[in-house]
Amino acid sequence: MKIKLLKEEIESASIHHLQRISGEDLKKCYQCGNCSGGCPVSYEMEIAPSQVMRFLQLGKIEEVMKANSMWVCVGCLQCYSRCPKGCSVAAVLEGLRQTVLRKGEDFEKISKIPMQFLKNAPQQAIVCGFRKFVS
Amino acid sequence: MKIPYYPGCTLNTFAKSFDESARDAASAIGFEMAELKQWNCCGATFPLTPDNLIALSAPAKVLSNAGKEGDTLTTLCSVCYNVLKRTNKVLRDNREKRATINGFIEEEYDGSVNVLHFLEVLRDKVGFDKVKAAVKRPLAGIKTGAYYGCMLLRPFEDMGIDNAERPTVFENLLKALGAEPVEFPNRIECCGAHLAMNNEEVVTKLSGNVMTSAVGSGAELIVTSCPLCQYNLEKSQDKVVSSTPGYTGVPVIYFTQALGLALGQPIESLGFEKNVTDVMPLLKKKGIV
Amino acid sequence: MPRIGVFVCQCGNNIAATVDTKKVAEEMKKLPGVVYTCDYKFMCSSPGQDMLRQAIKENKLDGLIVSACSPHMHEKTFRKAAEAAGLNPYQCEITNIREQCSWVHHDTTKAVGTVKSIDLTRMTIERLKKNRPLKKIKIPVKKRALVIGGGIAGIQAALDIADGGREVILVEKEPSIGGNMARLSETFPTMDCSQCILTPKMVEAELNENITLLTYSEVEKVDGYIGNFTVQIKRKSKFVDEERCTGCGECIEKCPFKTESAFELGLAKRKVIYTPFPQSVPNVPVIDAPNCPKIQKDKCGACAIVCGPKCIDFKMEDKIVTEEVGAIVVATGYQLMPNERFGEYGYGRIKDVISGMQFERLASSSGPTGGEIRRPSDGKVPQNVVFIQCVGSRDEKKGVSYCSKVCCMYTAKHTMLYKHKVHDGQSYVFYMDIRSGGKRYEEFVRKAIEHDDAMYLRGRVSRVYEKDGKVIVQGADTLSGSQVEIEADMVVLATAIVSREGADTLAQKLGIGYDKYKFYNEYHPKLRPVETVTAGIFLAGTCMGPMDIPESVAQGSAAASKVLALFSADEMAREPITAGVNKTTCNACWDCVTACPYSAIERESVKDRQGNIVKWLARVNEGVCQGCGVCVAACRSKSVDLRGYTDEQVFAAINSF
Repeated sequence: MKIKLLKEEIESASIHHLQRISGEDLKKCYQCGNCSGGCPVSYEMEIAPSQVMRFLQLGKIEEVMKANSMWVCVGCLQCYSRCPKGCSVAAVLEGLRQTVLRKGEDFEKISKIPMQFLKNAPQQAIVCGFRKFVS
Repeated sequence: MKIPYYPGCTLNTFAKSFDESARDAASAIGFEMAELKQWNCCGATFPLTPDNLIALSAPAKVLSNAGKEGDTLTTLCSVCYNVLKRTNKVLRDNREKRATINGFIEEEYDGSVNVLHFLEVLRDKVGFDKVKAAVKRPLAGIKTGAYYGCMLLRPFEDMGIDNAERPTVFENLLKALGAEPVEFPNRIECCGAHLAMNNEEVVTKLSGNVMTSAVGSGAELIVTSCPLCQYNLEKSQDKVVSSTPGYTGVPVIYFTQALGLALGQPIESLGFEKNVTDVMPLLKKKGIV
Repeated sequence: MPRIGVFVCQCGNNIAATVDTKKVAEEMKKLPGVVYTCDYKFMCSSPGQDMLRQAIKENKLDGLIVSACSPHMHEKTFRKAAEAAGLNPYQCEITNIREQCSWVHHDTTKAVGTVKSIDLTRMTIERLKKNRPLKKIKIPVKKRALVIGGGIAGIQAALDIADGGREVILVEKEPSIGGNMARLSETFPTMDCSQCILTPKMVEAELNENITLLTYSEVEKVDGYIGNFTVQIKRKSKFVDEERCTGCGECIEKCPFKTESAFELGLAKRKVIYTPFPQSVPNVPVIDAPNCPKIQKDKCGACAIVCGPKCIDFKMEDKIVTEEVGAIVVATGYQLMPNERFGEYGYGRIKDVISGMQFERLASSSGPTGGEIRRPSDGKVPQNVVFIQCVGSRDEKKGVSYCSKVCCMYTAKHTMLYKHKVHDGQSYVFYMDIRSGGKRYEEFVRKAIEHDDAMYLRGRVSRVYEKDGKVIVQGADTLSGSQVEIEADMVVLATAIVSREGADTLAQKLGIGYDKYKFYNEYHPKLRPVETVTAGIFLAGTCMGPMDIPESVAQGSAAASKVLALFSADEMAREPITAGVNKTTCNACWDCVTACPYSAIERESVKDRQGNIVKWLARVNEGVCQGCGVCVAACRSKSVDLRGYTDEQVFAAINSF
């Protein structure tokens, strides 16, 4: 893979917006990889947590938006808990989710969620799932 | 002693046995869980984006109501605990956000309520020695894995209930109940949480890791403090059994059910029949019932 | 009328770019008392100084101003030049028109900079008019030194001072000198045995006539000032008479009680009467009183029975000795951050997770396994060993933000030692960056990778747990972008280097500064690396921050050379910028005593002929005073003034603005 680095992307409005709503300073990450090492779902992510941070440092927000990472993150905070720099990839991924959801775009259509789940699952799973996947 | 108590939606419906066993246990020990006169859903997730104040208004309303009934509030569900405790911290420490949220919910709440998990009540207010003294049916010889999950412990600087990497509160309670606590590697790893909605595969894998890790360390029983963990573990059980050679399953119960059991509550009052996994064979094998 | 000269420096373009120096010189000429002005490209150059000297003589100047850079840079230069021309050097003052003027202005029309330079220079002129000639303070120097800490840095400093013909008292907290270096197996990048290169130096320190070893001792109190320190040292009771003990070791042999060896870091036991390690210097055992049944309960006493020279005394008590010294070298070293802080790595819970220093003991031929790499849990030879770097280092959340500097190198060394001892073993190293700056260091790391097959993984370990007798390490390899899991037999943590416990207390006793990590501050990180702000106290080694053996040794020698330079004259001269008390107005409220950060102000009594105290006065000890002026601000009766910066001078300057 070859990527072209552009000043306009590194300093883009969407990167600034992401930093603002997530409260995270992307530059703080020094790419130690602890988050990717400890993330319970990183195996399932198309872009691992530390790589998410790297792509965003490089201004490649589109690459990250295309990947499933933000929708797979469970928000267990293991990344934040062990980050030596105090960064929260979970917050960054939530920021990315929010940029989608706040536009009114659903990741999950409520009508597509199996009735079986809605009937049997604990309420908190439904509420939490809606918050994470539905605008 | 009367402690204001917030059950939350799930404990009022899906996880009734969690709620009831805790209330009964409390009265057996000698205090009362006084349900808030008025409460609503906490939102079931603490917003990780700090600008998302709207998501804090529901838990703020709960806290504000609690403030009218006392200076502490206890919860059982780890998620409610996480959301309420973290929201409370925001309201206490951030004057600007407090003003906005208060304006929105039309209350004057200042974050003064002390949010406690039921485990904290037992440890710090009652004392495990007193719990131990009340034990009538010790869970002797049951190797029990306490599954903490995520929300009870993390983030440490907000939750502070216990060391985030090497917690002991659960194990100490189990010891007081006469059980043999088993520290297993995945006890603070995620079960898959809300991915239950759209990614069963991940949930099965993560919950499976939790259960096989516990059994691998010798656990015969897992106790939980979160209805979602309970659901995910129990729901994954069969699939994990069929896909993992040598793994035959493990009963999963709420820690309050274990507590009630040890305190000598009638078995039928503990709601074991509502659990998917059957704990009775184990209890019979150990001679507890 | 004074005869003042003003010399305005252009500093190449540094000043001239935004200040019209010629204009400044011309304007100054108009002021009363100014008889000579000029501007020049580089006042600090040889021709510049010549010009200055010549102008003093030709114009019979009795004071001069150099408007140039910060006095930190060239005040000394110009005062020397003035002195050479026959002037009292303190009649030369500097106006800073570079750092405080030209550098902060960007106006190339020079309007602002010129006006400000004129103002600043005029203020200095008015101040100079109130100057009084000052004389350097002479202080007698006691030519003995105290070295605190008997690690490699302290030993080196002591040896060098002793070789320079001066007496040294070397104080060490432990029963033996040697410090942390005594624990190491081999040293990078030469792979020579640490003990083999250290013990000759330890013995040399013991045998050198100029060195007095005070082991098992700690500094209690420090009074005085450069050239004249009085130090109280607590000599902890060894319960063994050092003079008579022959070091035969019979007592250790016969002692029936064992306890954890601090030297072996929990990997082995030692007797209750012990020397920390076989090559201990002095070779005199001490009794570990809290663990000794004889001392605690009057039971046993086997050691005293077998001791030939009868040198064991269970009643021996701690004692305080007082030493007078002229200089102090602080070389108290480092310790490691407690690994228990990182619960995810399981240290303290999983037996086969050890620290790098423990690995040194395992690899050391004099260590608990005789140099064989065997894991603590079951004594098996580990086939897979994972090394985790940056445990606590570069971790601002749970550890420290700095890099511990030596871990990259010693981890590479560990992988080599391991491979040399366990040929079929595999080592893995989790690193974030490899920091191998140093002579032959990079080549050393490459050798570990290319020759000794260390598998380097770029990433951090997230957690470590036990499973079926294995230590499972879960981390990331960011280069391949994958999560990594290793079934290891042993895990070695490269723990952060931190300051010694109690480093702050000692610093307070000595009156030296330390940073937020309690590492001692050097006077200037580049140009005065082994001096402290307190004159006469020097630093060496890791008490200042992480460093390796060559650096520590170099610093020991550097500190020694500073001490020897100080001892080369019978008296030392100090800048006379010190506070003085007006005896007639001082009302002995002692506010100045409380305020003084250097404890330089003493209470002095005035007695009548019968010897009755009639009055108390504050008195400034010129040897200690650093001229900071805090007392001047604190004094309510305006009885303290600072020479060279008197109220009169300062107000004259302000009034002229």
